[in-house]
Amino acid sequence: MKPTEGAAVTAAEGLARGRPKLDTVPPGDARDRGGKNQPMLAVNGLKKHFPIRGGLFNRRIGSVRAVDDVSFVVLKGETLGIVGESGCGKSTLARLLMHLIPRDAGELIFDGEGVEEAHGLTLRELRRNMQMVFQDSSSSLNPRLPVEDSIAYGPRAHGASRAQGKKIARELLEKVGLDPSLFGSRYPHELSGGQKQRVNVARALALNPRMLILDEAVSALDKSIEAQVLNQLRYLKRHFNLTYVFISHDLNVVQYVSDRVLVMYLGQVVEIGPVEAIYDRAKHPYTRALLNSRLSMNPDDRVDEAPLTGEPPNPVNPPSGCRFRIRCPFAQEVCAARTPAIGNWIDRSSHLAACHMLDAASGHSGAGPLPAGVAPNPASPWRQTSHEGAR
Amino acid sequence: MEIAASANDAPALRVRGYWRTVGYRLRYDYVTLFFALVILLIALSAIFAPLLAPFDPLKTSMAYRLKPVGFRSFLLGTDELGRDMLSRLVYGGRMSLLMGLTPVVLATIIGGTLGVVAGFVGGSINMLIMRAIDIFYAFPSVLLAVAISGTMGGGMSNGLIALTLVFIPPLCRIAETAATQVRGLDFVEAARASGASTRSIILTHVLGNVLAPVFIYASSLISVAILLAAGLSFLGLGVEPPTPDWGLMLSTLRQAIYVQPYVCALPGLAIFITSLSFNLVSDGLRQAMDVRI
Repeated sequence: MKPTEGAAVTAAEGLARGRPKLDTVPPGDARDRGGKNQPMLAVNGLKKHFPIRGGLFNRRIGSVRAVDDVSFVVLKGETLGIVGESGCGKSTLARLLMHLIPRDAGELIFDGEGVEEAHGLTLRELRRNMQMVFQDSSSSLNPRLPVEDSIAYGPRAHGASRAQGKKIARELLEKVGLDPSLFGSRYPHELSGGQKQRVNVARALALNPRMLILDEAVSALDKSIEAQVLNQLRYLKRHFNLTYVFISHDLNVVQYVSDRVLVMYLGQVVEIGPVEAIYDRAKHPYTRALLNSRLSMNPDDRVDEAPLTGEPPNPVNPPSGCRFRIRCPFAQEVCAARTPAIGNWIDRSSHLAACHMLDAASGHSGAGPLPAGVAPNPASPWRQTSHEGAR
Repeated sequence: MEIAASANDAPALRVRGYWRTVGYRLRYDYVTLFFALVILLIALSAIFAPLLAPFDPLKTSMAYRLKPVGFRSFLLGTDELGRDMLSRLVYGGRMSLLMGLTPVVLATIIGGTLGVVAGFVGGSINMLIMRAIDIFYAFPSVLLAVAISGTMGGGMSNGLIALTLVFIPPLCRIAETAATQVRGLDFVEAARASGASTRSIILTHVLGNVLAPVFIYASSLISVAILLAAGLSFLGLGVEPPTPDWGLMLSTLRQAIYVQPYVCALPGLAIFITSLSFNLVSDGLRQAMDVRI
């Protein structure tokens, strides 16, 4: 049996059982402050421009607009998928959320408390509540530390004794599916990629966080291992009552794990909404092109022409107005003149997209619910293998 | 049978730690082991010099000047003042090893610290430290050592300071390169994300990964230090007579090279064997400690 089929069956099982309810946060979580309706994390106008230095005296001669005015919320208990092409600022966003790099502008509010503000959450407190799993499983573990010590490092830094740290590490190794007596004292080079990534997950969970950022956490793994780790992550989410931000360029994986999806293009949010809405009724031309570029398992849906050609423009000098207009088949003058607004987010069923065609007052000739001549999205490969009707 | 046994062993898979692996590799590296033994013997003879030396290394005798190897009870002959060569070589090993090890150890501590700080902090501090180090790089190391001990005057301690200063730049550079590499790796980011202090990150995550390349390079510098110390003594800038020192002995015996060539070559041979041993052992260590990051 091919590994991909194994993953598909698991996905089908998951769908048959029904998605886990979004409001799974039990009222008894002592760490919960604002109740289940208060977002876990609210991001407002986040900005990061990396300076390009050069010339005489290392002057700032330009900047890469890696993340440019990004706002969204992460709800309690949900999995928010973030997709986009490489270089669109996904990883920078993850590092900004983790405060690994300083932000230029914008605010982060974790469960109602501003981060690094007066009367707000300190950085240390935030890091106890929010952890990250890195993409490169091999470089994210210290080659000279037994994995047990790598996992115990976080708790030790927060004042746990050596014995406590060891206990936490062994418990977590078991939770991520590794026998602690067999793997605890091993060094990273003695583990496979999947095992290393499990250790990374255990390390991220060592501080008992409420939220996990998974930055391409399974992208480097084999498909069969990827499915195993994804299912492990699902189990851990329920077990530890976690909220996930799942960053990936793999649209199928994002569809499988996410409750809501955020689409990024060139450092900006172009579309955000529930996963069914995004994958079935994408509003933004970029999202549609992205979804069309997936390879289908159905030979009738073969993609002969690439829906997206060329590369994203240079983020040093992004196009005026809508940043996608250079590659957009529906671009008109209004797209160059004005930046489309994404609209107001109301609740978890809100489906927003930043496109002039969705705004009847924008002056775009194609403004309306769906532009003419656009076929609806092809069915996703998951659905075809599982032989399910429309959800 | 073999296969069955190993299959049964599988659950209790033996997991070796890093240092155990290094030890395992060294155990079958006979060249390294042999030269490590040579170093051990030289070190032991230097430590127990008073017990091993048949004569007082400073006692001169006009009657027995420049006697050949094996002359009467002088096992390795005598020098130009009739002092016993064997005694002087054994005592001289003390000085040479001291001059070889001390500057390297001091320079490793100072240069390593500077390099780790420069590499881990980066930015303008890195700029400041590394450009200062570059100034030292402008001069050849021998010339620099001679210039420093020349301006400070002769003597053993000034020689040690000069050699230490000469070795700081290369060690600093090695540490800086390694620290810069480690700083960019995800596990340091992960450690920062866990809220640990910079000091704790450096001690736990950076130092362990920087130490190996620095240590390997430092061990190769020991032989250079012995040679440079001998050179300084040869020029009259290091150890002062009548203290026995291999470099100094080589220098004073060179007038007698046509009279007793073999005896005159002995201090040189001692320097050669010692530095060769250190070089080969450091080579073996480099291979044994090689870890794929």
